Amino acid sequence: MSAAPLNLALVGNPNCGKTALFNRLTGARQKVANYPGVTVERKEGFFETLSGKPVRVLDLPGTYSLNATSPDEEVTRQVCTGTHATEQVPDVLVCVVDATNLRLHLRFVLELMGTGRPMILALNMMDQVERRGIRINVSALAEQLGIPVAETVALKHQGVMDLRRQLDQVTAVVPAKPEGDLDQRVRDVLDRCIEQPDALAPWDQKLDAWLLHPVLGLASLAAIMFLMFQAVYAWAAPLMDVIDAGTVAAAEMVMTTLPDSALRSLLADGIIAGLGGVLIFLPQILILFLFILILEESGYLPRAAFLLDRIMVGAGLTGRSFIPLLSSFACAIPGIMATRSIQDPRDRLATIIVAPLMTCSARLPVYTLLIGAFVPRQSVAGMFNLQGVTLFVLYVAGILSAMGVAYVMKWLRHDKAEHSLLLELPAYHVPSPLNVVIGLWERAKIFLRRVGGIILSMTVLLWFLASFPVPPEGYVGASVDYSFAGRIGHAIQPLFAPIGFNWEICIALIPGLAAREVAVSALATVYALSGSDELVTQGLSSLITAQWSLATAFSLLAWYVFAPQCLSTIAVIRRETNSWKVTLGTTVLLFTLAYLGALLVYRLTLLATG
Amino acid sequence: MPPEISLDQLDRGHRAIVVRVDDHAQGDIIAGRLRSIGFVPGEQIRLQTYGPIGREPLLVQVGTTRFALRRAEAARVIVQPERAA
Repeated sequence: MSAAPLNLALVGNPNCGKTALFNRLTGARQKVANYPGVTVERKEGFFETLSGKPVRVLDLPGTYSLNATSPDEEVTRQVCTGTHATEQVPDVLVCVVDATNLRLHLRFVLELMGTGRPMILALNMMDQVERRGIRINVSALAEQLGIPVAETVALKHQGVMDLRRQLDQVTAVVPAKPEGDLDQRVRDVLDRCIEQPDALAPWDQKLDAWLLHPVLGLASLAAIMFLMFQAVYAWAAPLMDVIDAGTVAAAEMVMTTLPDSALRSLLADGIIAGLGGVLIFLPQILILFLFILILEESGYLPRAAFLLDRIMVGAGLTGRSFIPLLSSFACAIPGIMATRSIQDPRDRLATIIVAPLMTCSARLPVYTLLIGAFVPRQSVAGMFNLQGVTLFVLYVAGILSAMGVAYVMKWLRHDKAEHSLLLELPAYHVPSPLNVVIGLWERAKIFLRRVGGIILSMTVLLWFLASFPVPPEGYVGASVDYSFAGRIGHAIQPLFAPIGFNWEICIALIPGLAAREVAVSALATVYALSGSDELVTQGLSSLITAQWSLATAFSLLAWYVFAPQCLSTIAVIRRETNSWKVTLGTTVLLFTLAYLGALLVYRLTLLATG
Repeated sequence: MPPEISLDQLDRGHRAIVVRVDDHAQGDIIAGRLRSIGFVPGEQIRLQTYGPIGREPLLVQVGTTRFALRRAEAARVIVQPERAA
């Protein structure tokens, strides 16, 4: 047994269950990164064959053929043909097919055999085969194709044993190149090895009759979305209380154990309060992603894309934009990364540019603070809570402005070119807990890395700017006025005077450029308050009610609907588009919209309130 | 036999046999994709339903797979409708 691991690559059509198989084989032993220079996710994992031989496996992007038309298909083509610049040539290609859909998937198997690489076929979803009345003669299939065939069930623990056993033996089997017409060959193999009723699974047909129905389908989509947002607010509350209590306890511990010093202030007022204020959104983000992952696993999301495609095309987007934009309600970063599933470059770019307009969870602390301080707690039409209605209006404003921006971009481009949808609606599946858990863990890691990186550094920086230089003895006024932060705030205030921002808001906007939610703790610091976040928010709330005009508050809300105050989002736009022009253009566009929106709202509110 | 039509003109619920996929431009990427997902001569397809607005997109079953296609994409696929049984 040699020490060098066996190099595998998993390849297959989209929706063949390849990623589920990858998760089942490798469990938590995965490394996710990007291919250099392109925005294609590179997933590598490790496991052992049945006899214990180490295996390194790459999960290649799914594709219907080796005629690449998108960057991720190009990566798959290059790795399979051994022409990729950085990737090792795989020892064995594991071609994954959905055993219930061999008619579609076999074509790619035969195409792949043409590369002349050693290959093994993984007949995935074998558990579904019998249930659907399909009969596959596996040994005849192996004989016809001339490659080993393993049966797999990615959803079950024991479902990859056959593959792991066969991997001990197959390294040297090079398939014969298929000759003649590929489509004819597919039919021959199917005729000889498979008996398949032509119908779709009865379950799928019943569900689709409902979920794709012009009226019932749209109503179900609306109901699912409503349930999801309800859950984000209702289920997250107890968890958020726990995190909040933890933050308070940590701050108290620091306050009681350390002597009064700059260090204590940095720890309690800066780091613990700042990070706690952001960590508190982890439950909401995870619940939102729980829903998105379940919807994705079940096969529902392409149905939503089908229902909404026509509307989104009207706005200059595509049905495929639905999934990234939905994620952007939690956070624009994973949303923008999810645009990779949009093959059309124009549609992908438009989706990336409008994704930051979706109301992400980082805006919530700002919205909550301002709504709590300025919108009275009364009911409208006897049933709606005015504060809730205001929040809803802010969400709708984000969606409408996104559609408006996409529409104007389409109009400016005079784009008459055709853009493709070509979307497979896969069979419905019961979501696999393993895949959902791995997906959630990925999201949590991205979020925590952000908290530990940019948000931590900005919090510390702001604390420094607002604390130094220390005013000389006998200085009259708030010490923050004398600090760097105070001076900067006063310097830029004239620029923001037309939209009603005072100098305190101007200071808070600066660290708020790094991450929106920082603005709340920044305002608190600026107003020289201290204590737990809960206390700060309440204290701050009544303080701004007294000091700000209604017009200023509404103007700031309007600003937050548009302003791209999130360095990580801007960084991810840069990474995903690979273009400084697009990144700067988007940033300038969104800030301009924010300024104009705030100006309009400020002036209108001033008029209305006299 | 009924005359050949393009797939976007097929009625809802009807079946047809693929005759060919036309390129609408030199090296038409969309036509190439349609071929690689199973729109090949002789294959039976069925127009299952349309989207809720403007009867778009089309939901087409090929073999045991369903694809959502816009009308402009479906116009590339020339089919021979089966006589209504």
